[in-house]
Amino acid sequence: MQIDKNQLLRFTTAGSVDDGKSTLIGRLLYDSKSIFEDQLAAVERSTQKQGREGVDLALFTDGLRDEREQGITIDVAYRYFTTPKRKFIIADTPGHIQYTRNMVTGASTANAAIILIDARNGVVEQTKRHSFIASLLQIPHVIVCVNKMDLVDYAEARFNEIINQYEEFASKMMIKDVSFIPISALEGDNVVNKTQNMNWYGGATLLHKLENIYISSDVNKVDFRFPVQTVLRPQSKEFVDYRGYAGRIEGGIVRVGDEVSILPAGFTSKIKTIEKNGQQLAEAYAPMSVTITLEDDIDISRGNMLVKVNNQPEMEQDVTAMICWLDNQPQRDRAKYVIKQTTNEQKALIKETEYKYDINNLARNKDMSPLQMNEIAKVKIRTNAPLMFDSYRSNRNTGSFILIDEATNATVAAGMIV
Amino acid sequence: MDKYYLSYLDELESEAIFVLREVYAQFQNPVILFSGGKDSILVTHLAKKAFTPCSVPFPLMHIDTGHNFPETIAFRDQLVSNLGAKLIVGSVQQSIDEGRVLEEKGANASRNALQTTTLLDTIERQKIDCAIGGGRRDEEKARAKERFFSHRDDFGQWDPKNQRPELWNLFNGKYFDGEHFRVFPISNWTEMDVWNYIKRENIQIPSLYLAHEREVVWKNESWIPYSQFIKLKPNEEVVTKKIRFRTLGDITITGGIESSADTLEKVVQEVSMMRKTERGNRADDKRSETAMEDRKKQGYF
Ligand SMILES: Nc1nc2c(ncn2[C@@H]2O[C@H](COP(=O)(O)OP(=O)(O)O)[C@@H](O)[C@H]2O)c(=O)[nH]1
Repeated sequence: MQIDKNQLLRFTTAGSVDDGKSTLIGRLLYDSKSIFEDQLAAVERSTQKQGREGVDLALFTDGLRDEREQGITIDVAYRYFTTPKRKFIIADTPGHIQYTRNMVTGASTANAAIILIDARNGVVEQTKRHSFIASLLQIPHVIVCVNKMDLVDYAEARFNEIINQYEEFASKMMIKDVSFIPISALEGDNVVNKTQNMNWYGGATLLHKLENIYISSDVNKVDFRFPVQTVLRPQSKEFVDYRGYAGRIEGGIVRVGDEVSILPAGFTSKIKTIEKNGQQLAEAYAPMSVTITLEDDIDISRGNMLVKVNNQPEMEQDVTAMICWLDNQPQRDRAKYVIKQTTNEQKALIKETEYKYDINNLARNKDMSPLQMNEIAKVKIRTNAPLMFDSYRSNRNTGSFILIDEATNATVAAGMIV
Repeated sequence: MDKYYLSYLDELESEAIFVLREVYAQFQNPVILFSGGKDSILVTHLAKKAFTPCSVPFPLMHIDTGHNFPETIAFRDQLVSNLGAKLIVGSVQQSIDEGRVLEEKGANASRNALQTTTLLDTIERQKIDCAIGGGRRDEEKARAKERFFSHRDDFGQWDPKNQRPELWNLFNGKYFDGEHFRVFPISNWTEMDVWNYIKRENIQIPSLYLAHEREVVWKNESWIPYSQFIKLKPNEEVVTKKIRFRTLGDITITGGIESSADTLEKVVQEVSMMRKTERGNRADDKRSETAMEDRKKQGYF
């Protein structure tokens, strides 16, 4: 398959404490020459301060003061590196207490997830949870890195055993594309550079894999969806009748002349121009930010959606969704929340909880108690006006939403429409 | 289908434009924090793109330490007039004169920390509910956890442990009276991305970013420009070097690097070979390991 050059790939990393996640990220940055001298010097100093020698790779991802003092990572942090092939954004999510909430956050925009397994321990509970979240959030590609191979004598048999363990439970989940790589983050085997220690492994190194995963199809290019962010009405004489609809294409492709419906009202019109920075384009596609003008004068505002006449999303006031509770304060019974989905904002009520997922054994429990932080449940939601949406499975951007508590303005839940 | 994908620069551009339009739609009185540095110039350029054919709907707000590169001020005024934008200046000198803050003493004194008070006072006085900044997550480790939409309490403070989760491209800009937001549209850009984009788009930047002859003093392990604000220690001397700046800020603490890169092409080339982070030349970040984080919690940029 042809690999598109110079694309952006976003990935998350997940593992249990001490599986070597920080070391792995440090190794990726270090071996891909993304570490600057002053950062290196700072890490050398910190390593020495802790009474050790050399460079502790894990310290490159060292975060905020509170975390350093407690020695843990408590929030999602973003790291960047670039190779001649791609630019990478790592959402570094902690493996601790709030891991569900944080991993869900990091996973929401990721093309790929790296799931770390300690070769000595094999698949553990945490591995299952992380894989479950990856499948729930529909991360298109999962790379299972079996780390610390140096501690199991680089044994092929052990690697295969872990693959089997993983495939056994993962077959029950909807994970699209899984691959396995045996690595040692500490020694650098198969992270950026190929190793002589595992000649039995014929596959790619982790970096090579990240550089070559085919991601162009991760974005829906079939169903045109254009949620209007704002309407541009210039004050100058030159543009008296100009009405530009500004937004980002969240799915599909659009061309000048296409017939579109404007939802929820349902009026139809034709695309007159597609503009980017004042220049006219013949066509545009997701995820481009553009300005669209129409042949007809129609009253359109933020939260409306332009779609093709013959390819329309669902339009309903009742939605069923998987939600993950993100807030310290549990769900309040019969409370009204604000639902934000694309650029549309409405009032919403969680009508009923169908079941909660027990993330430890993936069982579905008929548990109707209010949702607590980190809990995942299937719920029915009613909104005061229709939402225009697709299933999360077919479009992550039109199938996702957040709930906001008006009493605190906090973002309390993340939802994926089924 | 293969041609329907964006290069990473185009994707970053699209993301930033999306964020700027969200600011416009969600806030009443947003401004762009304009320092005269390349990042805030980039944000302004992106805002122009986001709203064409309308003019940029945000005033530019400059927190003026009084310790400026003259080039920065000239550049700022030119840009403001080209855009037809409104300029808001918050003056640190005024904060000092009004007794809101005390000028720092000692050899390494700077007005950097004082900016926070002036910034928060100006935000309050002008009833600003969103300040758009050019901060990038790759700049410094405390910034790595910053959100696109970053909430500030009614003391203007950032609580890194209690940030709103940010998922997909759904940004929650809701706030109560007295609170405000900082929004960072170029969060995901690196220094290299910024330079590549400036070159690609041929964006005008102050000449300070290109190598030029300048009188400088070796202080805090970098070349600090000689200006009327600098007090020389006995062992320090003023020399003329060919230097350029990687960031622009307070002239008393912004160090330049020796360079012969006097065109944009050469700068991009040099940045790609660079072995030190850009903030490595800023004395304000050298004060301690967590200098940036501590300032950010207080309400700094
Ligand atoms: N032998 C060996 N040790 C490793 C490897 N990767 C990480 N470690 C060690 O495992 C410990 C935990 O690693 P760290 O990266 O901090 O784990 P995290 O909690 O997942 O971020 C540290 O002592 C590392 O040096 C590896 O590939 N081989």
